[in-house]
Amino acid sequence: MQEFLADAALFLPVLLRGLGMTLLLTIAALAVSIALGLLWVLMGYSRFAPLRWISRAIINIIRGIPIIVQLFCIYFVLPEWGIDLPPFAAGVFGLGIAYSVYQAENFRGGLSSVDKDLIEAGTMLGMTWPVLMRRVVLPLGIPAALPSLGNTTIMLLKDSSIASTITIAELTRAGQLLAISTFKNGTVYLLIALLYLAASLPMAAGVRALERRFARK
Amino acid sequence: MIRLRGVRKSFGARDVLRDVGFDVAAGEVACLIGPSGSGKSTILRCINGLESHDAGTIEVDGMTVTPQSLPQVRAAVSMVFQRFNLFPHRTALQNIIEGPVHVLGQPLAEATARAMALLERVGMASHAQAFPRHLSGGQQQRVGIARALAMEPRAILLDEPTSALDPERVGEVLKVMRDLADGGMTMIVVTHEIAFAREAADSILFVDNGVIAEQGPAAEFLANPKTDRTRLFLSRVRHPI
Repeated sequence: MQEFLADAALFLPVLLRGLGMTLLLTIAALAVSIALGLLWVLMGYSRFAPLRWISRAIINIIRGIPIIVQLFCIYFVLPEWGIDLPPFAAGVFGLGIAYSVYQAENFRGGLSSVDKDLIEAGTMLGMTWPVLMRRVVLPLGIPAALPSLGNTTIMLLKDSSIASTITIAELTRAGQLLAISTFKNGTVYLLIALLYLAASLPMAAGVRALERRFARK
Repeated sequence: MIRLRGVRKSFGARDVLRDVGFDVAAGEVACLIGPSGSGKSTILRCINGLESHDAGTIEVDGMTVTPQSLPQVRAAVSMVFQRFNLFPHRTALQNIIEGPVHVLGQPLAEATARAMALLERVGMASHAQAFPRHLSGGQQQRVGIARALAMEPRAILLDEPTSALDPERVGEVLKVMRDLADGGMTMIVVTHEIAFAREAADSILFVDNGVIAEQGPAAEFLANPKTDRTRLFLSRVRHPI
């Protein structure tokens, strides 16, 4: 125990820097995934059929390819075509694009929960499709999507560890380097697990709070 | 003001409207009565374009209802729904200014002033800041009527406006409708309230099985129904037991 605490005191500053990078990566990728997810879902709701087909095709393609392969494509393959992203940007876009399909599904669930009667009320008032979206469907549908969006964020936090494979010094990678150089696998990976938990448990509490709030309405 | 000729509508294999035709003049109050599933609500929904009709013509204020004319048609006729359909994320006042501000483009201050006057008119001014979930059914429906009026329509369509209310709350909504009728608003009301029809309606149309089975001036229609079917329907509505 003494030894564990001494090692922990030594390793924690490094691991906390890694956790900082993990959180930064998660938040940036979350923003990308939300923006793209919203784009896919709005395209999916479009009255212009080709936009709906494109949306469905993108979702099926992205969903069918493992995240790690997508990251490798962006980090190792795109440079061959002249698009050379630094590791962090590659990680943000890779995770963001991969997660956009789950976000699209979250938003689709939220938007489709909006009462058809309210859409009729807006239509009756003469609202065009964009106004109806902006004034009725999105303000009611997005809050309804928040709990599942929170769950997806927790998954994203954990899957950000995949970015360790493209040299980003986030929590998992920082830990791997420590473990390799010190051979203290037990201590290092226990600390890593605890740090991921410390970040995800507050998020889970936030999701439950959101769920309670919408159950009450 | 509103004219239907040979209107047909089917949902799949089911013919809901089979050759519906009638006229409602400006300032006239017409009540549509008839059994459930006879097509009354569908008639209103076709007039305002919430449903498209398959055949026949519908004219509103001189405009023929087509997909292209819907924006103008909806500016001319507002609708009040059976289940109110107020926006739950907006207050009573915000529900009313929603159309004027975001569809008609009125300045917020002007729309708010007019909305407050309308809330006053339906007896809801003290609830302007309340959200729909904190209002009773009758109160929500009065806000629904104010929301329809805020669009300054030439006519209002009311689809069973009192059917979802507690019996005690029906009167307050009927009174608002009565005031509207007395004020000269053109109205088509789908209703089972025969007393309202007798007092406020100019004409009554009996819808049965997708056609206008009988129509006439309200007093005459109720006193001397011409067909057995109408007589049977009226007696069942008046004497349910």
